Amino acid sequence: MAAFLVLQSLMIGVFCALDIVLFYIFFEAGLIPMYLIIGIWGGKNRVYAAYKFFLYTLLGSLFLLIAVAWMAVTAKTTSIPDLQAFPFTKDAQTWLFLAFFASFAVKMPMWPVHTWLPDAHVEAPTAGSVILAGVLLKMGGYGFLRFSLPMFPDASNDFAPMIYALSAIAIVYTSLVAFRQTDIKKLIAYSSVAHMGFVTMGIFSGNEQGVQGALFQMLSHGVISGALFLCVGVIYDRMHTREIAQYGGLVNRMPIYAAVFLLFTMGNVGLPGTSGFVGEFLTMQGVFNVDPVTATVAASGVILSAAYMLTLYRKIVFGPLENPALSAIKDMNAREILIFAPLIVAALVLGFYPALIFDQTATSAVALVDAFHANFK
Amino acid sequence: MTPELLFSQLPFALPEVVLAAGALAIVLIGAFLGDKQARFITYLCVATLLSAGGLAVANAPSAPVVIFSGSYVADPFGAYAKMIIALTASASLLLSVDYLAEKKLERPEFPILALLSALGMFIMVSSHDLIALYIGVEMQSLCLYVLAAYARDDARSSEAGLKYFVLGALSSGLLLYGCSLIYGFTGSVKFDVIASQVADGRSIGIVFGMVFVLCGLAFKMSAAPFHMWTPDVYEGAPTVSTAFFAAAPKVAAAILFARVCFEAFGPLIKDWSQIVAIMAVTSMFVGAIFALQQTNIKRLLAYSSIANMGYALVAIASGPVYGPGALLVFISIYAVTSVGMFGVVLSMRNKEGDRVETIEALSGLSQTNPLLATAMTMMLFSVMGIPPLAGFFGKWEVIQAASASHMLYLAICLILASVISAFYYLRMIKKIWFDQPQVGMMLSGGTTAVTLTGATVVLAALTLVIGFVGSLASLAGAAFQ
Repeated sequence: MAAFLVLQSLMIGVFCALDIVLFYIFFEAGLIPMYLIIGIWGGKNRVYAAYKFFLYTLLGSLFLLIAVAWMAVTAKTTSIPDLQAFPFTKDAQTWLFLAFFASFAVKMPMWPVHTWLPDAHVEAPTAGSVILAGVLLKMGGYGFLRFSLPMFPDASNDFAPMIYALSAIAIVYTSLVAFRQTDIKKLIAYSSVAHMGFVTMGIFSGNEQGVQGALFQMLSHGVISGALFLCVGVIYDRMHTREIAQYGGLVNRMPIYAAVFLLFTMGNVGLPGTSGFVGEFLTMQGVFNVDPVTATVAASGVILSAAYMLTLYRKIVFGPLENPALSAIKDMNAREILIFAPLIVAALVLGFYPALIFDQTATSAVALVDAFHANFK
Repeated sequence: MTPELLFSQLPFALPEVVLAAGALAIVLIGAFLGDKQARFITYLCVATLLSAGGLAVANAPSAPVVIFSGSYVADPFGAYAKMIIALTASASLLLSVDYLAEKKLERPEFPILALLSALGMFIMVSSHDLIALYIGVEMQSLCLYVLAAYARDDARSSEAGLKYFVLGALSSGLLLYGCSLIYGFTGSVKFDVIASQVADGRSIGIVFGMVFVLCGLAFKMSAAPFHMWTPDVYEGAPTVSTAFFAAAPKVAAAILFARVCFEAFGPLIKDWSQIVAIMAVTSMFVGAIFALQQTNIKRLLAYSSIANMGYALVAIASGPVYGPGALLVFISIYAVTSVGMFGVVLSMRNKEGDRVETIEALSGLSQTNPLLATAMTMMLFSVMGIPPLAGFFGKWEVIQAASASHMLYLAICLILASVISAFYYLRMIKKIWFDQPQVGMMLSGGTTAVTLTGATVVLAALTLVIGFVGSLASLAGAAFQ
């Protein structure tokens, strides 16, 4: 509990810091509580997962640290607005971009440095998974938007094709990997990586649709994927297994659960009417304006996500109730319904009326995009 | 030098005078009171150390003052270092009381030797010529040799003392040989005269002399490749002596190293910065990689201190403009954390009450002693360099200094070594929090435990706040100019 509160304060700090050193302090300090959360309350293989999570992220962040030190020395300031106005040379931008990229790509996580995420998700306790999917992953995207794009516009422009390629690979490859998983949490974790691919792609499209879509996708992924991990938590609490094969026919015993799970499955697939659709659609539209090939490849990811999510849903919820242990399983209780209620509202409201968010973010997104285009021309 | 001049300059050396006079007085008191009152003697020594450290800060001139015919300098840089030395030496003395009593080693010699060694360190950080340098180094080292062999009935302790002495004597020989070469080629032992001589043009003799001096000092600092003695001495010596070795002498050696580089050989920066850079890189990687396989916690901390000396050398390699501030911030944070970690090592016992030194024994500490577990965890995350703990600010200053002086490759080596060493620190945290108690740990009972736990917890708490007072050290470093 204390670890979660510390973690939460640190994450609020990450998104509020207007000083790059302060940002780094919050960004990195989150490792401590998360390491302990995974390691103390995690599953069987928790120690391995905790190490992997910590060392992966630490290596990435330390490159960021060198870049920050270099910028502080060169620009003689650590204030983020001042740094955004500071004209770094093209060479410097390239190196700084790569250093920032190393850190944010691990955090995001992007293919091929995503392998810590499935392990961390699987071993973390349910609450840990939710906060990992809901907030920690968003720090990478936030970093790209806050630092990479405005501070290194030339480099961002140069490296955009690489990011598109990595994102497209992430979307298709991890979707295929997700298809083959036998562990529910692992499947959702891989699907997270695929959805984060849409985010990176959208950010580096450098136009308003892409950036707005990426922001929205991060938000909606936080809600939907967090809710999916909670869904896993609900049945894990009852059955103490995450093997897909152990389940089946839950709809007979847990009708409310089946309905809730269906809603978030559809959200993850990106069905119109849920918030998942808006983000995916806008990022693809944004990228289509600059790179139709990537957008086309990414679009196939939507089909793949439907394939693995619906298969998962069918195997767990439908079919005959074969496992005898399931016959006594109870439906969601009031506490669980209460936890899901705000998430359900958020997923649907944002799906039908996304302007709620877009009106808030439009000014910043337009300013960001305009500044980006003004800088490298 | 007339007596009047001497007395007019004496106030600038007041901390050293207090230490020397205090040590002599305490020798007499100790002889009079006998072994029974050794605990009281320890407290007297701590009081003397703290007042000397306080005086050093209160008495610090705002600009460097060279005294005693140019052989000694009083400046904010040295004053800050003296404060750190006094604080960490006092902390390790306080930690020693229970251990010595339990091992039936409670004699007044231990604190007095530590006090004299601290006097040597004070002289080291303030020396302004090669003679004062050598006297300081030898005074410090000789006391340390005795402290290493302090448990004289224990074969391992005697062995540690002997090893330390033989290798230490060799390094002193190197140091002296270098000093004599430098004297021969520049005609002076004073740092400023040497600097002006080498500014006119260097000769091969001076470079040779410089290399010898730096090697000798690197040995005292236990920087690779002159680190071989460290793990053996750390392991063999009584743990309280090790706690002392790991902090204050390291600070003094690093500061002296910096002073020699910056003040005596300042114009030769191109020559020494590459030597220092190579030593920094080897120390960081030797410290990080060799520690991976250690099972004894004292040996592990020895390698950890080698790695940390590598980080300190990165600050020195960054040159006189950016180096001093970073060095002071880094080394003071390192020293505090190091004493704190040894405080935890000193509290480790198994069910039967015997002291244990294996890393395995940390298993399940979070269940048997949550307070100590939290303290140790904070200090481990701090040496790892994770913000917001103090260790991060030390590394941050060093990385900043390295990038400001266009030595980015050193910064990159530093982070690679940090990630490697993060693994073994994490392994200790894993033992503390994730594993079940195996050997069975408990804390020494009675009132004695209070000092130990208290000191350890205070040191751990310091790792939370000390980073934010780093500006103090930067000020002292800036005054170095």
